[in-house]
Amino acid sequence: MNDPKYTGQEFKVIGSRVKRPDGIDKVTGRARYGADMNAPGQLVALMLRSPHAHARIKKIDISKAEKLPGVKAVITAADLPDLTEGNAGLFDTLENSMARDRALYDGHAVAGVAAIDKSTAKKALKLIKVTYEKLPHVTDVDDALEDDAPIIQPRYATEGQHGNLINKGEFGQGDIDQGFAEADVIVERSYKTGQTHQGYIEPHACLASVSPDGTGELWVTTQGHYSYRNTCAQLLGMDIAKLKVTSSEIGGGFGGKTHVWMEPIALALSRKANRPVKMVMSREEVFKASGPTCSTSMEIKIGAKKDGTIVAARAECRYMNGAFPGMWGTLGGMTAFACYSIPNNKAIGVNVLCNRPKVAAYRAPSAPMMAFGVESTIDQLSKELGIDPVELRLKNVAREGTQAPYGPVWGPIGIEPTLEAVRDHPHMKAKLGKNQGRGVACGFWFNIGGQTCSDLNIGPDGTVNLTVGTIDVGGARASLAMIAAEELGITYEDVKVNIGDTSSLGHNDTTEGSRGTFSSGMAAIFAARKAVDVLKERAAKMWQIPVESVIWEDGSARANGKEHSNLSPLTLKDIAKKAGSTGGPIAGHHEATAEGAGVSFASHIVDVEVDPETGKTQILRYTVVQDAGKAIHPDYVEGQFQGAAAQGIGWALNEEYIYGKDGRLQNSGFLDYRIPVCSDLPSIDTKILEIPNPGHPYGIRGVGETSIVPPLGAIGNAVSNAVGVRMYEVPMSPPRILKALDEAGV
Amino acid sequence: MEVFLSGSLVDSLNGLTSVEVEAKTIRELLTRLIDRYPRLEDHLEEGIAVAIDGTIIRDDWETPIPVGSEVFLFPRIIGG
Repeated sequence: MNDPKYTGQEFKVIGSRVKRPDGIDKVTGRARYGADMNAPGQLVALMLRSPHAHARIKKIDISKAEKLPGVKAVITAADLPDLTEGNAGLFDTLENSMARDRALYDGHAVAGVAAIDKSTAKKALKLIKVTYEKLPHVTDVDDALEDDAPIIQPRYATEGQHGNLINKGEFGQGDIDQGFAEADVIVERSYKTGQTHQGYIEPHACLASVSPDGTGELWVTTQGHYSYRNTCAQLLGMDIAKLKVTSSEIGGGFGGKTHVWMEPIALALSRKANRPVKMVMSREEVFKASGPTCSTSMEIKIGAKKDGTIVAARAECRYMNGAFPGMWGTLGGMTAFACYSIPNNKAIGVNVLCNRPKVAAYRAPSAPMMAFGVESTIDQLSKELGIDPVELRLKNVAREGTQAPYGPVWGPIGIEPTLEAVRDHPHMKAKLGKNQGRGVACGFWFNIGGQTCSDLNIGPDGTVNLTVGTIDVGGARASLAMIAAEELGITYEDVKVNIGDTSSLGHNDTTEGSRGTFSSGMAAIFAARKAVDVLKERAAKMWQIPVESVIWEDGSARANGKEHSNLSPLTLKDIAKKAGSTGGPIAGHHEATAEGAGVSFASHIVDVEVDPETGKTQILRYTVVQDAGKAIHPDYVEGQFQGAAAQGIGWALNEEYIYGKDGRLQNSGFLDYRIPVCSDLPSIDTKILEIPNPGHPYGIRGVGETSIVPPLGAIGNAVSNAVGVRMYEVPMSPPRILKALDEAGV
Repeated sequence: MEVFLSGSLVDSLNGLTSVEVEAKTIRELLTRLIDRYPRLEDHLEEGIAVAIDGTIIRDDWETPIPVGSEVFLFPRIIGG
């Protein structure tokens, strides 16, 4: 019954476009986000942050702030003893939440204040005196590897290599040197990408309350309330079971809400003040002190035979991790050449530390940067070879049976069908005008499964509550209700999905890696099937026949066999109504580690027009083709494709952290850090392909991330085709395009 | 069976990209590898993923490894 293999099941509810369950609440303002919860007697908390990119903290004097009337608690790192027991990652989280001996980036928290109102808290911050000793800083990924660069984290420095180089992840197969020796044409180029933020509209916000008895509650906007619970409890020495974390509605996450930032500080302030504490980051704090993505610098080299057969490819990309190490370069190395079948390939992802905020995941983390370099180089190769860029990609495309760059052999995958759909799409035949160009690019993302636990409870009227522990970031509640309805044979409207708090279900991994619908969908299927078993037992009791004679069909129990032909079917509602007298509540439960996540591929087409006078690029038309495995709710799937493409467009054209020579962030607001608005975007066309994932009963693959991978490369190719000059740096902002045109003499 | 490694895991095996190990489950495989290459244990905290005949197993250490399987180890994948 719990076999996760794909079965080719026929669907009645899955694939339809039902109304979203959270629509009215979100449109009318009833939905409660991180900052929308309040408690009696709550305090307002603010953080004092370092104005320096890198500085030793010689002394913090909080005495005046503590004496200010209305201030109930002030904390510094001295209030946060190291309880991490040698766990390096956990210590990084502790140090990132509150600087200890050094401030490691502009915006690093150095003290927290809880007061009766915001005005008092602001006054208290001004009364805290921090004595800094400024240290040399470095914010550029290449500069960080220069001999004279300051070492950001001496505890991670390894003998024999630069102190800011954390590690290298190397992936690939074959003999690179031999491959390039066989090539007729080789293209080798260098590229850079800027650091971007996920740009979620809702800032980090929480309401923390810790009681003197050691219990606590945290209401928070997060992608993973179990992970937040576990981390906060460990950092503060609390029992995990005694800290209840409830996730609010989430106004965007995209990976940025997979880590704790200021939440441990809010809990620590509440514990010290013995009052509930509300903490909401400003937009400036979100930019400076949450987790943007990496900036990168890379070299890509690809060699091919005259007929277009790619025989060798090499990528080396340095990923700027901020002040704390991550696995970003590793992910980049694994994804670089995943779309292609190249006999000799090597991709190296390098993790480098800088004086910037700790990097967090951003939708298919690390893949878009490598794809920018690889897809730009493939386009240049196609020009050198005189082969159409789509045909060149198709000639070298990965298929079932191709070995992935990180080892395993692909099962059924969708990159070739997406490229064929691109080739045959009417978009590719549309005529282009002056200053206009078209670009195509491909992208890959893994998708993941993980720990999942769900409950399904049938009420006395036959309506159903499905409680899951994965946050609904992108429409999972609709999809999961559809799955439960499909399995039970009832209507979508009869299922209500709730996100349980951490005390109501076993551990659930964070909603990341496009796992929510995949993993909780699997749990919902098996929980519903267990409930169906109970429903059949109850029907058997009601009929006084053996359970073996009962089948479940179209939402009803039916008695099988001629001897039972006088028994009319019992609907789920009929059985639920009698539950009290047939054995009590009817429920199903499932907990498991969901494995078998299916990889995902996308190919994009984009048309742009570049104004040669101003350097401004307008997106004229955009088409996304992606393999979804099975689109549970096609509206949401299309929305994910469009949202990912929109974020990729912003990344490609405008978004970038800009640091001054003083190491301080100069554009920590949406006026100066420009994400796309509606007028920047065309209506983004989508085409959903469905190549079932063999590792899921419905064939589901994650859909939320893959389509942020191709836009940088696709737009880079389109802009280059429009202006006749190759672009090597993202974002392709107007000044950068004008500079490129000027340098090329155009 | 021959087990292949990639990424930063290779450093833990002194540069080896493949190694012969006999194991019936992922737990056995990791235990025996760590016995021989203790530095591999450092990677357990951030996670190790195992691909068995193309299926990536991220967490379930009880997963059996059929005889003759193609097995790859690489860093555990996270997402956004």
